[in-house]
Amino acid sequence: MNSVAFVVIAILTLAAALAAASLQKLIHAALCFAAAFVGVAAFYFLLGAEFVGLVQVFVYVGAVAVLIVFTILLTRRDAERERGFHWSGALIALAIFAGLLWAIVRTSGLSVAAPWIAPLTVRQIGEALMTDYVWPLQCLGLVLTAALIGALVLVMEEKG
Amino acid sequence: MNPTLQLFLIISAALFCIGLLAALSRRHAIFILIGIEMMLAAAGLNFIAFWRFAPQPAPPTGVMVTVFAIAIAAAEAAVGLALVITVYRHYRTTNVDQIDQLKG
Repeated sequence: MNSVAFVVIAILTLAAALAAASLQKLIHAALCFAAAFVGVAAFYFLLGAEFVGLVQVFVYVGAVAVLIVFTILLTRRDAERERGFHWSGALIALAIFAGLLWAIVRTSGLSVAAPWIAPLTVRQIGEALMTDYVWPLQCLGLVLTAALIGALVLVMEEKG
Repeated sequence: MNPTLQLFLIISAALFCIGLLAALSRRHAIFILIGIEMMLAAAGLNFIAFWRFAPQPAPPTGVMVTVFAIAIAAAEAAVGLALVITVYRHYRTTNVDQIDQLKG
């Protein structure tokens, strides 16, 4: 693993995430959200999980970001920009980050180097999905179908 | 020097807390959804990092959990955004502070 790549990806991801959390204009925040998720996908590539990185790009940058942009456009009349900001939330997030950081730094045995790893092929993932994970896969299909139908029912116009 | 597991965990914790910040402090429903998605992505990053740094050969459990988490997060985003649109139709607002009719 390349440490230069790590630093660059980390800075880009965290900057984009912070921008997505703090920008005033919703549409800019949505674009920064997409950029942050490209960064997370780059982390997956760096860690040797190429398939997950591709899934992340397809699902988040391809589908969820488009959904968010469409929702922003559909609810536009409300607030092009919104002003309310609760500082107590920022305090809670900072406190939790401090706690997590303390726990991570205090835990011993985390500063290990990555072992050599045989590349994880899509064939292996597919075989695992069809053998060990076949029931979770079926349940996930059911959940996705139910979510799709539920979303359609929710946004359908009520007819008198 | 190569990045260690600790660094990945710190990045993931930072991403989680940025998501928490967005979910707790913004008042727009879409921002809250974006924050929740970020927290889920941070959890996925943790799973992948622990899988990568585990003693090899390791079964691809972390990869599988992350793939399932991404799929469930997509379903959650679809339903959540549909709810935002429905609430907007009823109340003409997406500010969660003004949607308080169920407040006891």
